[in-house]
Amino acid sequence: MNVTIVDYNSGNISSVINSFKEVAKDKVNIEVTSDLNKIKSSDKVVLPGQGSFKSCVDALNKINGLTDTLNEFGITHKKPILGICVGLQMFADIGYEETETKGLGWISGKVLKIDNQNGKYKLPHIGWNQINIVKDSKIFKDIENKSHMYFVHSYEFIPNDKNVISATTDYSSNIVCSVEKENIFGTQFHPEKSDKIGLKIIDNFINL
Amino acid sequence: MLKNRIIPCLDVKNGRVVKGINFVDLKDAGDPVEQATIYSEGGADEICFLDITASNENRDIIYDVVKKTSKKCFVPLTVGGGVRSVNDINKLLNCGADKVSINTAAVENAEVVVESSKKFGSQCIVVAIDAKKNGDMWEVFTHGGRNNTGINAIEFAEKMEDSGAGELLITSMDRDGTQIGFDIELTSKISSKVNIPVIASGGVGNLDHLVDGIKLGNANAVLAASIFHYGKHSIKEAKEYLNSKGIPVRI
Repeated sequence: MNVTIVDYNSGNISSVINSFKEVAKDKVNIEVTSDLNKIKSSDKVVLPGQGSFKSCVDALNKINGLTDTLNEFGITHKKPILGICVGLQMFADIGYEETETKGLGWISGKVLKIDNQNGKYKLPHIGWNQINIVKDSKIFKDIENKSHMYFVHSYEFIPNDKNVISATTDYSSNIVCSVEKENIFGTQFHPEKSDKIGLKIIDNFINL
Repeated sequence: MLKNRIIPCLDVKNGRVVKGINFVDLKDAGDPVEQATIYSEGGADEICFLDITASNENRDIIYDVVKKTSKKCFVPLTVGGGVRSVNDINKLLNCGADKVSINTAAVENAEVVVESSKKFGSQCIVVAIDAKKNGDMWEVFTHGGRNNTGINAIEFAEKMEDSGAGELLITSMDRDGTQIGFDIELTSKISSKVNIPVIASGGVGNLDHLVDGIKLGNANAVLAASIFHYGKHSIKEAKEYLNSKGIPVRI
């Protein structure tokens, strides 16, 4: 099996690579590339993302044909995709970080700045927070409810259809931190930095 | 609920830990990779490396250490010490660091913070402020505490937030190494002035100091070196103690 981590110059993806390689050992081939043919022929795709919504979308669009290839992979062929952090946020129709920017539009909704309640809550939301699992998601197999995950973000994804939400976390408000829509998975937290429990989520995705 | 973080810090010189854990079961007392792994397995919320390598020629060694550690540790890794430019930050991130802390370079040229936070995202830019009480104010020091700058630390903290820092690591030079506790006043003043997370550092000698840093200093995370070295306290003990004092931690 081939799992491809899409390398589209979205910032630091070393930790994502390290964690997938750790979980995959020799059983699964982990490819890190922006090569369209390699993405097309792989079994699963991971879409990481760091920095702003706009910078990630811009970086994605800079690679000719990448968005079309991802659309084909995830929407036409319905093969599994995992978006991490801004990778998940880009599933939305639109994001408002820096400026209004169109997302991939795979899961209808928008990405807004977290309400810090007039400075009562610090942003970014950095650190370990517990997840409330609200629906059975395949990537949460053997993951206990209220497990701690590592977060770093100032923006949150607000999907229109609440049925896609698989987990939330409590900060200044109830924040969506995981989604599942058919073959499309996303986590706002960083499984690659969430210790053994995070690696288990990666393992679950690899073994889908 | 968001948990308060406990961050053990390891001083690394020429690729070896100089203030480190003195556990009996440690194969190599100076190996940063092994020590970071022990902390990570013990429940550390993040790991911090401070590279105190004196000569420029040996700087490349830290990249190798970060590379090896990031393959073993799956909690966030922050690396600081001698970070001068956007290029230095890029190199550390490529080796597997999740965050980079900037000290002297941020004081000398705030553009480094502006540029790097735009390029890599605020989430990986930590500005480390070394401050010392001077009359009515706290003064910022650079070059590992050797040079005074005349800059007011609280004003500088606000400036760094505006420049794009994602977090501030506040070290009291008056307290560092004394084991008499954090400078609570400095920590709480900065924490109340900025809307980004504050990490308290410098002076921890016992577990109550960690409690004070969070409860009185309003720090979001506490960094300590000595109390975790030589096996005086384990990360687990520290977390259980904080938990018993009503401080939310990840256990």
